[in-house]
Amino acid sequence: MGLNLDFSVVLERWPLFLDGAVMTLELAFMAILIGGAVGTLCAVGRGSSNRFIAALCAGYVEAIRNTPLLVQIFLVYFGLASIGFKFSAFSVAAVALAINVGAYTAEIMRAGFESIPTGQIEAAEGLALSRVQVYWHVILLPAIEKVYPSLTSQFVLLMLASSVTSQISAEELTAVANYVQSDTYRAFETYILVALCYVVLSLVLRAAFWALGLILFPRRRRLGTSL
Amino acid sequence: MMQESPLVVLDRVYKSFGALKVLDGVSFSVGRGDVLVLIGRSGSGKSTALRCIDRFEKIDSGEIHVCGRRVDAPDIDLRALRQDVGIVFQSYNLFPHLTIAQNIMLAPVSVKGMHKAAARELAATMLAKVGLSEKLDAYPEQLSGGQQQRAAIARSLAMQPKVMLFDEVTSALDPQLTGEVLKVIEALAADGMTMVIVTHEMGFARGIARHVVFMHEGKVHEAGTASILTTPATPELAQFVGTGL
Repeated sequence: MGLNLDFSVVLERWPLFLDGAVMTLELAFMAILIGGAVGTLCAVGRGSSNRFIAALCAGYVEAIRNTPLLVQIFLVYFGLASIGFKFSAFSVAAVALAINVGAYTAEIMRAGFESIPTGQIEAAEGLALSRVQVYWHVILLPAIEKVYPSLTSQFVLLMLASSVTSQISAEELTAVANYVQSDTYRAFETYILVALCYVVLSLVLRAAFWALGLILFPRRRRLGTSL
Repeated sequence: MMQESPLVVLDRVYKSFGALKVLDGVSFSVGRGDVLVLIGRSGSGKSTALRCIDRFEKIDSGEIHVCGRRVDAPDIDLRALRQDVGIVFQSYNLFPHLTIAQNIMLAPVSVKGMHKAAARELAATMLAKVGLSEKLDAYPEQLSGGQQQRAAIARSLAMQPKVMLFDEVTSALDPQLTGEVLKVIEALAADGMTMVIVTHEMGFARGIARHVVFMHEGKVHEAGTASILTTPATPELAQFVGTGL
């Protein structure tokens, strides 16, 4: 017995890994963008006085939070196919991930919205701002600020979870690894490398959210308070 | 001579929170340029009465008229009402993520469609009025409580309301900071601003009130000019003024 690692055949396929990593980031970006918007709207909808909308939003959140991601991906994949839509594996993966992260975002944003004191809302209403303006100018940004660390974690988790979309042959990082290890018979080395790639991607994503935070929350930047 | 109709009228207003009767047939009116001070113990209904004027509470029965508008009408145009009425709260409620200038500019820009440059000038003018010119680009948390409350007053004034409502605006401040806020309100009164003020500061009430409404158990127990504070007619008001609370 002895550990015999040889990375050379794996490393020489680096362009494949690079492509995979780029697609992983693209998947995450699309899912976060769409899912973030869906989730935020859903959090607003859960507080709606319209019972139908509130129930719809609650149902969506519960359905997603109580089923496995892989099953959700298959449902979107086979569901779209069975009603005659043909989309690329990337599109299906992005949509499925967006639906998934949307539900978790909704829960996080709901906590954010609930943390805004009613006095803030009354002050805004007292200044004759419309309902939409109150949400947009007074509630949204402070709510995001309150839950920004949770949102960041959730989005990094989503990026890591996107590896599951290799199951519907989206050509992201894990799919590339599956292919490379079957091609080189160097499975352990391949997955070590892929694990390292994911660590780097996570760090990149966290750095990106940190930078975004500086733009979104200028007060933090000016007063030097960390998130 | 024709008498100008009052800007604010409460006519037999009833309001309950569940089984608790908070307003029990309250009537009073506020003429243009008048300063009406609402006093009474905690729970007497004075803050609720004030909040009903800006329709932060819906009344059960009675009528409220503000600037010719029927506030208790179900189809009331809330945004129009609130452009006419400014309200300042006990807890300042400045928007923490915006600078003082942005706090003041928000409503003129998004409600009245004012250009940002003009709104910033307006913000500077309003801040000068409350003695905070140098705080234009500060964030609320960088200000003392008294300064925040003055900024909140400036924010309301920027919408050029016809009536200003003050809901225990000094209750969260220590005596030293209270003084600077009261000075701002006194200056507004001297400018002829129509105001309804809920306060616990008896000295301030005596100095600023043209009319006083003393509320007790949801009713207007005694009302009149500021003189009732020095020569109360009812034992309840006498006791209230005597204790200073």
